[in-house]
Amino acid sequence: MMDFGFSLAPSSAINLDTVDLSRYRKLLELEPDARICMGCGSCSATCTAAPFSGMSVRKVILGLQRGQDREVDRMLSACMLCGKCTMVCPRGINTRHLILSLCRICADGTHKEREDGR
Amino acid sequence: MIERIPGAFHPFVLPFVFGMVFVLGYCLIGMVRIFFELPREDRRRFLISLVTPKTAWKNIRDIFLNCLIHVNLWKRNRVLGYMHSSIAFGWFMLILLGHVEVMLFLPHRVRFFYYPIFFNFFVAEADATIQGQVLMFLMDFFLLMVLSGIILAIIKRFRSRVFGMRRTTRPSFLDRVGLYSLWAIFPLRLLAETFTAHISGGSFLTEPAGQLFHRFISNDMHVLPTWWAYSIALGIFMVVLPFTRYMHIPAEMLLIPMRNAGIKVRHPRKGFAKLEYYSCPNCGVCIDACPMSARKENLKDCTVYLNRQLRRGNELRIEQISDKCLLCGKCTAVCQVGVQGPELRIAQRERRAFALAPDYGGIDVAPMKAAVAGKPARVLYFAGCMTALTPSIRKATETLLQAAGIDWQQMDPDGGLCCGRPLMMAGRKEQAEQLIRKNVEIIRASGCDTLLVTCPICYRVFKESYPLEGIRVVHHSVFFEELIRDGRLPVEYTSGSYVYHDPCELGRGCGIYEEPRAALRRMGVLHEAGKHHAESICCGGSLGSLTLGFEKRKDITLNALKNLTVNGPETIVTACPLCLNTFGRYADRPVEDLAEVLVKHLKTPTI
Repeated sequence: MMDFGFSLAPSSAINLDTVDLSRYRKLLELEPDARICMGCGSCSATCTAAPFSGMSVRKVILGLQRGQDREVDRMLSACMLCGKCTMVCPRGINTRHLILSLCRICADGTHKEREDGR
Repeated sequence: MIERIPGAFHPFVLPFVFGMVFVLGYCLIGMVRIFFELPREDRRRFLISLVTPKTAWKNIRDIFLNCLIHVNLWKRNRVLGYMHSSIAFGWFMLILLGHVEVMLFLPHRVRFFYYPIFFNFFVAEADATIQGQVLMFLMDFFLLMVLSGIILAIIKRFRSRVFGMRRTTRPSFLDRVGLYSLWAIFPLRLLAETFTAHISGGSFLTEPAGQLFHRFISNDMHVLPTWWAYSIALGIFMVVLPFTRYMHIPAEMLLIPMRNAGIKVRHPRKGFAKLEYYSCPNCGVCIDACPMSARKENLKDCTVYLNRQLRRGNELRIEQISDKCLLCGKCTAVCQVGVQGPELRIAQRERRAFALAPDYGGIDVAPMKAAVAGKPARVLYFAGCMTALTPSIRKATETLLQAAGIDWQQMDPDGGLCCGRPLMMAGRKEQAEQLIRKNVEIIRASGCDTLLVTCPICYRVFKESYPLEGIRVVHHSVFFEELIRDGRLPVEYTSGSYVYHDPCELGRGCGIYEEPRAALRRMGVLHEAGKHHAESICCGGSLGSLTLGFEKRKDITLNALKNLTVNGPETIVTACPLCLNTFGRYADRPVEDLAEVLVKHLKTPTI
């Protein structure tokens, strides 16, 4: 087939009715501040790890709301905990601790099993 | 001196004997356990240090000066220093002189270890000798010294403010038992010796007191009850000692040689860490010192409470306290024993299990290596994450480097890797080491001989944990001060007045206090803050704290600002981008980095 340099994007449709929000709810329990994130993207703009991985706290929170657990895990494992996102957050969210809490939520292993069994 | 009691035994010594055997056994088992909890290489290092003459001598000197004389406390507060050294040194001399007496007069009784303690009960004075008189005088003198210390201790218990301490810890029940028995020991000893003074002899204190009592009570009837009481008070103190704050007395004697051997905290509960929190005397100096004490609800998050909870094994509180701390290191700076609160907390954080461990293996450093290798320069400037957020510092540094004609290049012009210190503070040492390896690759590829950093957080980790032999790691405050001194960076003196804020990682972390001040003195009047140098107050922005939220840090920052501006400086100067950012948020006057101030005072700006 002729290659025109274009391709179809893979489907990124998310069915919000079937998304499992248990991780997001757990996060809200541990870090109620996640609610006040207004998605301004200051954290994304300053992130040290972003150039290497596309890490962004904003996207992490968004990903959790959409149930994109794998993508969230990938981003979390790139964070260097440098704390710049916390410094610039206009809402004063302790993003650094939010990331650590998320790394802990993974510790209960529930979502891992679910994803592997999918 | 002749023996009064045949057989050298009386049942009243039993409480003391029991207490002594118990406390010695407890400490011995504890010592052996702590020793075997150390990693193998630490054990070896410790044993070698014990037989090395230099460290052995240092151990003896440090134990004498710290445990008995309390030199550090003298430097800090003379009354408290006198109180502690009079009790510790006075008691030590009483025990020592007791043994001297026994050896001199009844050498065959030396093997009864209670004999020197109750010497006056067991002997009768047959003839007055000059040695006997001198010894008795000294015994009375040191008893008086201890009693004066006890009186101060009682005053301090009820009015700690007289001694300059605002907040102290609340003693636990057993602490109180230990405290009251300690208070009782020496007055009881005085009474006991007073009532036996006409038999065994005494000196300026016990003899007149004995004669005075003789006028209205029969001394002989009180001999046994007071000696019993003295022995029981000693016994109670010894038995509760391992479970009270007084455990710091034996623990510190082991802590000092281990610290001199260079042993570090590796596990939050085992080995050296255990020794550290048992060495905490619960004095509470760290409560007033802790920057978090600006907030009443964080009063119980300082190191003394961490030590207490570690001893009690209260896991929930240990986790909370460990995560909240700013790791500014001020508690260690003011601690008389030198308990390393931040290290204990980092060790605790390191034990935490995260299912999701970061991995930076996928980061390709080849482009960054190629970028720095492309234009080799002598000085490699690493701005770091925080300086990337405060471009004014980077700009100023660039201007100064150019003005001084330095051959330099920046390591991370388009954002580099993190230095790894924030990860270490969060207890992710292995991940930090991944970043360290990658950064070292880039630094080595540049072929530089000096690594310049403008952030004390990076500076500390570069200094402590990076294998950078042959490359000088230098903080910009030191580097520019040298350039000014060499005349390569001409600055002019103006009428401005400054106060210098010591960033935690630069001051307490790396011991750099004077260079930034020397540079500032060349540009204007330098005021000191209320608390400065090793006792400067953290700005509150520290990455050390994991759980302190934005709003909670505000009070800490405001408190630090209040401390900085007591002498009315026009400008607050610091040498840390994080402090700059944090202070800038709330300060009522300009906050500048040292590099920015230098640029303003450059005689020949070259741009």
